Amino acid sequence: MGHERVAIVGLGQTKHAPTRGDVSMAGLVREAASRALADAQMTWQDIDAVVVGKAPDFFEGVMMPELFLADALGAVGKPLFRVHTAGSVGGSTAIVASQLVAAGIHERVLTVAFEKQSESNAMWALSMPIPFQPPLHAGAGGYFAPHIRSYMRRSKAPDHIGILVALKDRLNALKNPYAHLHNHETTFDSIKDSIMLWDPIRFDETCPSSDGAFAIVFGSEKVGDEAAAQGRAPAWIHGTSMRSEPTMSADRDTVLPLGGALCAKDVYRQAGITDPRRQVDCAEIYVPFSWFEPMWMENLLFAEPGDGWRMTEDGATALDGDLPVNMSGGVLSTNPIGASGMIRFGEAAMQVRGQAGEHQVDGARLAVGHAYGGGSQFFAMWVVGSEKP
Amino acid sequence: MTEILLPARLQDVEAVRSVRTPASIQYSYTPGQASSRYLKGIAQRKIIGARVEPGAKVYVPPRGADPQLGKPTTEQVEVGDRGTLVSFCVVNVSFHGGTQEIPYTTGNILLDGSDQPIMHLIQECPVDQVRIGMRLEAVWVDDADLGPTMESIRWFRPLDEPDLDVHIPGEDRPLWLDSEEFNQ
Repeated sequence: MGHERVAIVGLGQTKHAPTRGDVSMAGLVREAASRALADAQMTWQDIDAVVVGKAPDFFEGVMMPELFLADALGAVGKPLFRVHTAGSVGGSTAIVASQLVAAGIHERVLTVAFEKQSESNAMWALSMPIPFQPPLHAGAGGYFAPHIRSYMRRSKAPDHIGILVALKDRLNALKNPYAHLHNHETTFDSIKDSIMLWDPIRFDETCPSSDGAFAIVFGSEKVGDEAAAQGRAPAWIHGTSMRSEPTMSADRDTVLPLGGALCAKDVYRQAGITDPRRQVDCAEIYVPFSWFEPMWMENLLFAEPGDGWRMTEDGATALDGDLPVNMSGGVLSTNPIGASGMIRFGEAAMQVRGQAGEHQVDGARLAVGHAYGGGSQFFAMWVVGSEKP
Repeated sequence: MTEILLPARLQDVEAVRSVRTPASIQYSYTPGQASSRYLKGIAQRKIIGARVEPGAKVYVPPRGADPQLGKPTTEQVEVGDRGTLVSFCVVNVSFHGGTQEIPYTTGNILLDGSDQPIMHLIQECPVDQVRIGMRLEAVWVDDADLGPTMESIRWFRPLDEPDLDVHIPGEDRPLWLDSEEFNQ
């Protein structure tokens, strides 16, 4: 494909928390962006353009917040983009920003994604009364629980798989200082005994509500080479892909969506991956409810259809497994909705740069970042590597 | 910087960290032709879906187009007010604006003659007896209360009929395996 190589030269995130009362929305994004710039050893003046992503504006009730955030992001007088793709937006935003470099338009691009859930009511926002429809849903859980039930039925997976996923992710989060949840007392039984919120989803199998932001600095090949020469190894983008599909479609598979598989196939093709399970070293994927780990293992072609849950049960997705998944603790431990996709993408890049600290996968060279959104209808993925593509 | 000193009477008061500012908006909603036909049917205890042509998928509620064929759904098709449960959720959490007593069940219900499940409330059945494949019927409000709104159906309740085998698209074989784009 005729495009420039893109390097990831700076990564930064906030400490994620239920309420970041110490910072405004502008302070939150600035915290992540400042850290990414410091990591890239750049200043605000070095940045050519800024790309901002967050979940729908009605979550916080601030319309087009990118406009008032321009100051805090050093974007005044520079091109400023906003990306909207519901829950997958953090991933899509990173992809859009990377494409400004891939297309040769800019040399250094900053991207930031965020959510300040403490200033919003996402549960309400996702359950808004729509004219002429019964007000029945109870947040995202009420929508996705039937999909999970359908997966359990078709795969015949045992009931404890969801608990195992939640336990793994919550324990991984203890190794990540930026994670929102650090529940040291979590055990298999404590998850099992937690209240069944949206049967079959237990309280401890759901994501929290977080304030947080993640930022990435992209550079051209020249910028990446310079960073490498100074001993700051970049991550290189090997492929990016986005897909979407209509939610209200008669033949739609809500459990293993067609769009998700096509997105995976496309990104693997770009990265030269023919056997994802063997070739990918680790993955950060969007798992807001525990059962989405086995579902996405199948949808992202890591497991045969119906067998995704066996990867969880066998420990393949654990930090010391053959395909570690959500080493950071995942969305189950940290969920600033708009940022959640970019955290997945950014954590994948941290792995191949060897900067993931205690949750580092030894020798990770090729990693997948994944996000989905809406009613399982928007998909974004990238493959990043320690070597140039 | 000048130090800011609170008056003595305020020094022990808990700091304000946030304020709630409820907002509301009044607006008119125009449902469009497809939804209007559907809602007018509901007001007469009829559930009217739509399709592109005979043999095409029947959409309930109709949105004016078939997303797979990319064509307008110009043909009206009345479907049943009975259906089969294809999946469900037992809700144990109350939420802002919700009026149901918990626990309650919401179901994805495939009405007889329709190809697209709708979500609605299931009542008159203990939550632990709800199951995929069970047959359900709509419970309508009294004639005097009928209107062009889904609230004209109070909920669905079990029918005294044997369960049906339900099939969710992709259940036996993921759709992508047969997709042209995937196999390129």
